[in-house]
Amino acid sequence: MKSFRKLARQKSRRARKRNIDHAKVFSRRAFVIGAAQFGLLGVLGGRLAWLQVVHGARYRTLSDNNRIDMKMLAPVRGEIVDRFGVPLAVNNQNFRVLIIPEQAKNLEQSLRSLSKHIELSEKDIQSVLKQAKKTAKFIPIEIKDDLSWEDVARIEVNLPDFPGMSTDVGQRRSYPLGEATAHVVGYVGAVNKEEIGDDPVLSLPGFKIGKTGAEKRFDLDLRGQKGSAEVEVNVAGRQVRELNTRNSRAGDRLMLSLDGELQRFTQERLAKERSATAVIMDAHTGAVYALCSSPAFDPNLFTAGMPADVWEDLLADPAHPLTNKAIAGQYPPASTFKIVSALTGLRTGHINSKRVTHCRGVYNYGKDKFHCWKRGGHGWVDLTKSLAVSCDTFYYELATDVGIGKIAETARMLGLGSALDFDLPEERPGLVPDKQWKMGYNGQSWQPGETIVASIGQGYLLATPLQLAVMTARIVNGGYAVKPWMTKRHLLSRHHFTGNWPKMDVSDKHLAQIKKGLEYVVNHSTGTAKGSKIDDPELAFGGKTGTGQVRRITMAQRRAGIKNEDLDWVQRHHALFVGYAPLKAPRYVCAVVVEHGIGGSLTAAPIARDILLEAQKRNPASVVMEI
Amino acid sequence: MSRPISIQSDHNPLHKLQQINWGLVILICTIASIGFAALYSAAGGNFDPWASRQIARFFVGVIAMFIVALIDIKWWFRLTWPAYFGGLFLLVIVEVMGHVGMGAQRWIDLGFMKLQPSEMMKIAVVMALARYFNAATIDDMRRIYFLIIPALIILAPVALVMLQPDLGTALMIVMAGAAMFFMAGASIWLFIGAGAAVTAAIPIAWQFIMHDYQKQRVRTFLNPESDPLGAGYHITQSKIALGSGGVQGRGFLEGTQARLNFLPEKETDFIFTLWAEEQGLIGGVLLLVLFGLVFIYGLRIALRSRHNYGRYLALGLCVNFSLYVFINIAMVMGLIPVVGAPLPMISYGGTSMLAALISFGLMMSVNIHYDSKVTR
Repeated sequence: MKSFRKLARQKSRRARKRNIDHAKVFSRRAFVIGAAQFGLLGVLGGRLAWLQVVHGARYRTLSDNNRIDMKMLAPVRGEIVDRFGVPLAVNNQNFRVLIIPEQAKNLEQSLRSLSKHIELSEKDIQSVLKQAKKTAKFIPIEIKDDLSWEDVARIEVNLPDFPGMSTDVGQRRSYPLGEATAHVVGYVGAVNKEEIGDDPVLSLPGFKIGKTGAEKRFDLDLRGQKGSAEVEVNVAGRQVRELNTRNSRAGDRLMLSLDGELQRFTQERLAKERSATAVIMDAHTGAVYALCSSPAFDPNLFTAGMPADVWEDLLADPAHPLTNKAIAGQYPPASTFKIVSALTGLRTGHINSKRVTHCRGVYNYGKDKFHCWKRGGHGWVDLTKSLAVSCDTFYYELATDVGIGKIAETARMLGLGSALDFDLPEERPGLVPDKQWKMGYNGQSWQPGETIVASIGQGYLLATPLQLAVMTARIVNGGYAVKPWMTKRHLLSRHHFTGNWPKMDVSDKHLAQIKKGLEYVVNHSTGTAKGSKIDDPELAFGGKTGTGQVRRITMAQRRAGIKNEDLDWVQRHHALFVGYAPLKAPRYVCAVVVEHGIGGSLTAAPIARDILLEAQKRNPASVVMEI
Repeated sequence: MSRPISIQSDHNPLHKLQQINWGLVILICTIASIGFAALYSAAGGNFDPWASRQIARFFVGVIAMFIVALIDIKWWFRLTWPAYFGGLFLLVIVEVMGHVGMGAQRWIDLGFMKLQPSEMMKIAVVMALARYFNAATIDDMRRIYFLIIPALIILAPVALVMLQPDLGTALMIVMAGAAMFFMAGASIWLFIGAGAAVTAAIPIAWQFIMHDYQKQRVRTFLNPESDPLGAGYHITQSKIALGSGGVQGRGFLEGTQARLNFLPEKETDFIFTLWAEEQGLIGGVLLLVLFGLVFIYGLRIALRSRHNYGRYLALGLCVNFSLYVFINIAMVMGLIPVVGAPLPMISYGGTSMLAALISFGLMMSVNIHYDSKVTR
């Protein structure tokens, strides 16, 4: 009993001790838990300091990147005007309707109900839906542009029914003269991948840059400088407020030396032929007054949206409407090159005004026969007559004497054979062959017969209409090495022009002798272009015809009496004419090429007559061009 | 089980009010006020829609807290099992409603608030374990059979919560339960063994238990930059917001990440980020210190109690509260994967506010009735 009680007491003591131990265990473990809690709090505090102090600056930048959106403001493209200030390229207001897909409850339904208010084809709707699938949902999509003011008003009134829809006004390049300036002014188009360079403005949606012509050549001047708006945006990309704005700077106004009205006249005159090109420039200053290529295209289609079939037709047309033939078309200069040959003969002393050659219609060199264009020949021919009647034999003999080297030298002096630093990017260099060139070209030595062929502008020779106009100008302006230009700024910077073009190494006497021949071409009873004569002596013009062989008529065909007119259009000869007016004090020079126009006197000379007459009437040279 | 000193329980409510931890009350009000300020800012400088409702809830919750505090701990002891099984019942109800209704559902609409039974269940689990361990001896705690029932007490709600599926809450219940095992004197080896078992189970859980969105959260946590616009977006933006706050903060109502909505769920799970973006390191650390003071109160109340129920209950609730704090803040800082867990007293939400205040009420009740006789 006693031991039982003792046992019980012992047990109870042990239990009490255990209980106290248990409380101790709790205290100890509570302390561990508390330590863990404060340890973790310390970790959190440390992490916070790590993010906010150590990396604070970096995260601050990231935060700003999140919220600050740099919006580029597109500059307004500079206008292009002619020498009188008449606009050739302007910016028209273009009203558009846009939709933000994420804000539209049902995109397709919205478009369908919109089609009740404005004209909207099924194709338009499908293209918007297609685009909506491709791009992020908050980027506005253009539904239709070029809306009338009435359309805009109708949409604006119903805007509450069209969530996510909005109208805005953009700029669209427009060319008031249309086809007439299609090649020379060029057109603008969307930036493609290769063109995106350093200028970030190019990546702006809808931004356009010059693709051809002056629009391309002077794109940087016309483009202007972008502005920027710093805006705060929320996570959805919506603008919350504007932080900072720098306005864009509009592009420069570009004045071209062209006479827009003369340009239009010339273009319309050329359009009477299947394919033709013409240049009118100032013989003394080099200012280009008109530079046309026909057929052309409507450059406004490039900015408004080119219908696919029109584009296909342009590409397929054998008359190459997309090419500026005045500077990129390279033709055998044909008989217009006799100007070069004649000057070469005079400069080298092989001919003078009295030297005569007898033309029997054929010229024998070794065992080769070279025919004059006139069967039976021209009889006795002097320099003036050789130009007036365009006798080939005269030049065959001359060429044999002087050789290709001298001919090529004169040709280059007169502006042939290399690009003229003209203001358009499409300019081609033409070709003046010589012995060295041929070696490099096909490794063969030059044949004397090739010199004979070159003397009448055939064979390897190639020249652009612009080069032919320059050649003529350098003859009739008293021997100054004029270069063609359209912008005064370019003239001053690129050509280092100081007011006068350098005098070439030619004598005035020789130039006068050639000019007499050129006068006879049109104004003498024997002249090849006498049919195009201007009767008013004040306005009369001179020049030189040319007929470029495209395909040699075989002897068999010649015997069968087949004429060039009977051949297919693409096989007919090119018709050329270079001219100047007025006779007494030459101011305007022109070069005309009618592709497959059969004969220079037949198709090219009448055009030259008309445009030189119009140029003299309008007299654009009387207006001094401002810079 | 007699005690050497026995002070008569004071049933005068006025005297009891004096014994409330007024320091803790002030602390709670301060933390809640920070929450109101953050919610005011989250709404762009408006009391609506969040701050005003949160303030109203807080007053209701504070009254509930005082009532809970003034009720004798004995009553809470007796109410433990009804509370636990009531909570389980509600969990089953949401589960059934979730199946009947549309998709996963975690709450019951009471009209004035949406009650999440899982939040209340966390308290009930702590109460149940405290009650179970109340009479346990050290020897009991070392007997593995003795621990089967408390293990079931934890696992029953865990299973139901995981069905919702709410892995975060389930893990919190497990962690709080483990803490209670620990404070009640379970062998250290038990924890080592459990830790080893969990490590072994992770690949299995990954394969068979975790949902795709949960796996994605873990993957994103491990490499948030891999998917900056997708699942990693939350955490990336949260870190940017925190970091951009710097020491001084962007200023009240000036947090651009939150104001411009780059920060997701800024009024609920990511509210700490909003606070620290606008108030900087100073404000962030201040809030951490305030939470630390709450922990100290919890520890003090637990150590002062003379009965195990009070000790375990107070410390268990304190651990529970701190788990919320740690998990939420660690999550928004990118220390752990995103597990939808609110920051107690700060995040917008009725249930978590109510749960926190009831926990504080219970802790105060333990404090007031530290010497009550709690019997089986």
